[in-house]
Amino acid sequence: MSAPILQVRGLTKRYGARIGCAEVGFDLWPGEVMGVVGESGSGKSTLLACLSGHLAPDAGSVVWRRRDGAPVETLALPERDRRALMRSDWAFVHQNPRDGLRMGVTAGGNIGERLMARGARHYGAIRAAAADWLARVEIDPGRIDEAPRAFSGGMQQRLQIARALVTAPRLVFMDEPTGGLDVSVQARLLDLLRGLVRDLGLSAIVVTHDLAVVRLLAQRLMVMKDGRVVEAGLTDQVLDDPRHAYTQLLVSSVLQV
Amino acid sequence: MTGYTFAYLDEQTKRMIRRALLKAVAIPGYQVPFSSREMPMPYGWGTGGVQVTAACLTPEDRLKVIDQGADDTTNAVSIRSFFRKVAGVATTEATAEATIIQTRHRIPETPLAEGQILVFQVPIPEPLRFLEPRETETRKMHALADYGLMHVRLYEDIARHGAITRAYAYPVQVEGRYVMDPSPIPKFDNPKLHRSPALMLFGAGREQRIYALPPYTEVRSLDFEDYPFEPTKAGHACALCGDDASYLDEVIVDDAGGRMFVCSDTDHCRSRRAAGRRGTMAAPFEDAAA
Amino acid sequence: MYVAVKGGERAIAAAHAWLAEERRGDPAVPELSPDQIREQLRLAVNRVMAEGSLYDPDLAALALKQARGDAVEAVFLIRAFRTTLPRLAASRPLDTAAMACDRRISATFKDAPGGQVLGPTFDYTHRLIDFALAAGLPVPPAPVAPPQAGPMPHITGFLDREGLIRPEPPSDAEPPDLTRAPLALPADRALRLQALARADEGFLLALAYSTQRGYGSTHAFVGELRIGRVPVAVEIPELGLAVEIGEVELTECETVNQFAGSKSEPPQFTRGYGLALGMNERRTIAMALVDRALCARELGEDVGRGPAQDEEFVLSHCDNIQASGFLEHIKLPHYVDFQSESEGLRARRAAALAGREAAE
Repeated sequence: MSAPILQVRGLTKRYGARIGCAEVGFDLWPGEVMGVVGESGSGKSTLLACLSGHLAPDAGSVVWRRRDGAPVETLALPERDRRALMRSDWAFVHQNPRDGLRMGVTAGGNIGERLMARGARHYGAIRAAAADWLARVEIDPGRIDEAPRAFSGGMQQRLQIARALVTAPRLVFMDEPTGGLDVSVQARLLDLLRGLVRDLGLSAIVVTHDLAVVRLLAQRLMVMKDGRVVEAGLTDQVLDDPRHAYTQLLVSSVLQV
Repeated sequence: MTGYTFAYLDEQTKRMIRRALLKAVAIPGYQVPFSSREMPMPYGWGTGGVQVTAACLTPEDRLKVIDQGADDTTNAVSIRSFFRKVAGVATTEATAEATIIQTRHRIPETPLAEGQILVFQVPIPEPLRFLEPRETETRKMHALADYGLMHVRLYEDIARHGAITRAYAYPVQVEGRYVMDPSPIPKFDNPKLHRSPALMLFGAGREQRIYALPPYTEVRSLDFEDYPFEPTKAGHACALCGDDASYLDEVIVDDAGGRMFVCSDTDHCRSRRAAGRRGTMAAPFEDAAA
Repeated sequence: MYVAVKGGERAIAAAHAWLAEERRGDPAVPELSPDQIREQLRLAVNRVMAEGSLYDPDLAALALKQARGDAVEAVFLIRAFRTTLPRLAASRPLDTAAMACDRRISATFKDAPGGQVLGPTFDYTHRLIDFALAAGLPVPPAPVAPPQAGPMPHITGFLDREGLIRPEPPSDAEPPDLTRAPLALPADRALRLQALARADEGFLLALAYSTQRGYGSTHAFVGELRIGRVPVAVEIPELGLAVEIGEVELTECETVNQFAGSKSEPPQFTRGYGLALGMNERRTIAMALVDRALCARELGEDVGRGPAQDEEFVLSHCDNIQASGFLEHIKLPHYVDFQSESEGLRARRAAALAGREAAE
């Protein structure tokens, strides 16, 4: 716990004259979950895309600490290493499970893909790992050979999480992981996520417009507006005693986010 | 034939193809783009193989052309007579006597030797094509050796059917690096790719790609440790020559759907019959050759 | 007892002899000469020249005769011949502004210098079968106007001067050659246009039509369509000057398309470009629409709105010689693959049936 797992400095992305995100910096510590909240258009999704390598920022630095403790500037990583990172130590959970799953591939194949990409070549072992993960995300392992199409929205999202976590990543990016789900389904998913994050000691960055999600999952919080971080701190502190006028609006639910 | 150079292609084109071939040999299994020419036969009918053969042929060569293992299938006949016409080279049906063998869909049963060249006609050179239709993406996947998706396909096969169902064009990995489509040969032939003493060249004309396996290259068919690759064939012996280890064609022999199995490699079958081997339905050898 | 089928060589020869007979048809009917095809089936000849990418009306007519009127087969003959031809020189860029126009119309301006010239067009004919043609009566001469003296500048030039249309920066870079280098993606516009210029007309037409129906709409007007002859000049290094070696008939179409502008560019018109050997009006308009649709990525427009915008899809499938060859190759023997498949299927069926019986 001696060093941050991720150090972000001066991250900036512009779309022409418009600012996507500007001068974002923070440290993420091992086992820590950081929430990023803001209205749509506040730059939180752009920030997540830049952090996770889906979008190339115009300026800034994202330093990742490898398992051996060596720091790596991820923005300078060659595509090959970036992809390797994305299928091993990093994982991404999309808002829409369709973006994170192969809809025509069975649940087992979906979970097994990252294992196979890392070189797993024992069918039985891959399948056992997939079945184990289905159970951990509360899907009946008997449905291992069904395609995600046959699953409900909540199940698809849980399958996506299993697919992302099967390689025991150290950092998970989540983009509105509970968006688009019914309230009751959301609650169950949040509960599951909180358990997994705690049990696996995951670090995570969770982008959401839903303050309930960050209150439940995140120890720390960044509030974004117009591409900039306007307030950051411990989640309870920020939510219970917001300093910035915008955060106050956000917390008082005046803003329809 | 007048008006055309030896082996049809002009010397510049042949040099261009040879450069691509050299690069292909230097990077086994890697698909080298080449500027395929329009040939006087349709794309999909062996234009890639024909261009590779044309670029390799010398007047001293002895050429064998097979399609489905047979020397007398119509497209093999057509390609052989093309080279007889435009290159005037000697042709043969005997695998052991040929210096260059152009093939579609088979590797001969007779083991190949050092110094021989086997030229494959390839319809779709990209083993990832049906997983990912975009060339721009598949080239990236090869460059990054990002082959997880390929194994997902094999996993799905086992999950759904209890076995890997790919019966031909079964993907292989070359020297632990590039995943390669061995052309639509039956998977029965895949083991013949591994450490073959012959040079193996693959030409895809329409898709403008050449790739190669230099002699003694390691070629592994993709599989799982607990579902190892199995080169299968029909569980019969050839009705003509009695061979129970060669790859067989199925022939329907009467209106009632009666069928027999015969060697797909016609040269192999004939040689065995010439040596006195008999299958259950064999005519005396002299009649069959008439 | 079984004797394997033999005699492929003889069967092929017999099939080809029969084909030759069929090509000739009833010998009681006079034989068509390539001249007759060239003169009287000129649009068929033009299509073969355009897609064969070889300007030779006599050869295209002969190819049509040999192909029994099958345009794709005739294009194939021309392509296979073309690839064997030596390259003696490259011409200087053709100046279509200097075209001696037989036809020139604009849908964007009612009149412009040079005027609207209808020329020999099917437009405004009533599509009624002319039974008199069957009788082969002589054609009365068409009225002749004195040739135009003044210049016939490109219509889009007027939009250029006003800055209303996106400028196309001139370049002296040597254009890529699709017939001498493998297609590399992403392709630049020069390479795309080259591919479209020899693409299958039916494919271009369908794609262009799809953009009009909203699959990647480009809101096109025909800024100008011109058909006529253009001189071809070749630089002779020994002489240090360019010499005219002949002329070719071309069809050129420039469409004027809407463009909403992007973060780096103001709203303006853009252009689609079509060019074909010979009088080839439909294909040239279609080409211009598809060209413009393919510019979507460079212009920063939304892509993925239709197949016509998808460069890899369009360029990989537009060539009818590649397409027809690969399509028709599935009639070649596939005994070996089929055998391999059917063995596998039999085994899986047996396993499935055994499983079902065991369950019962």
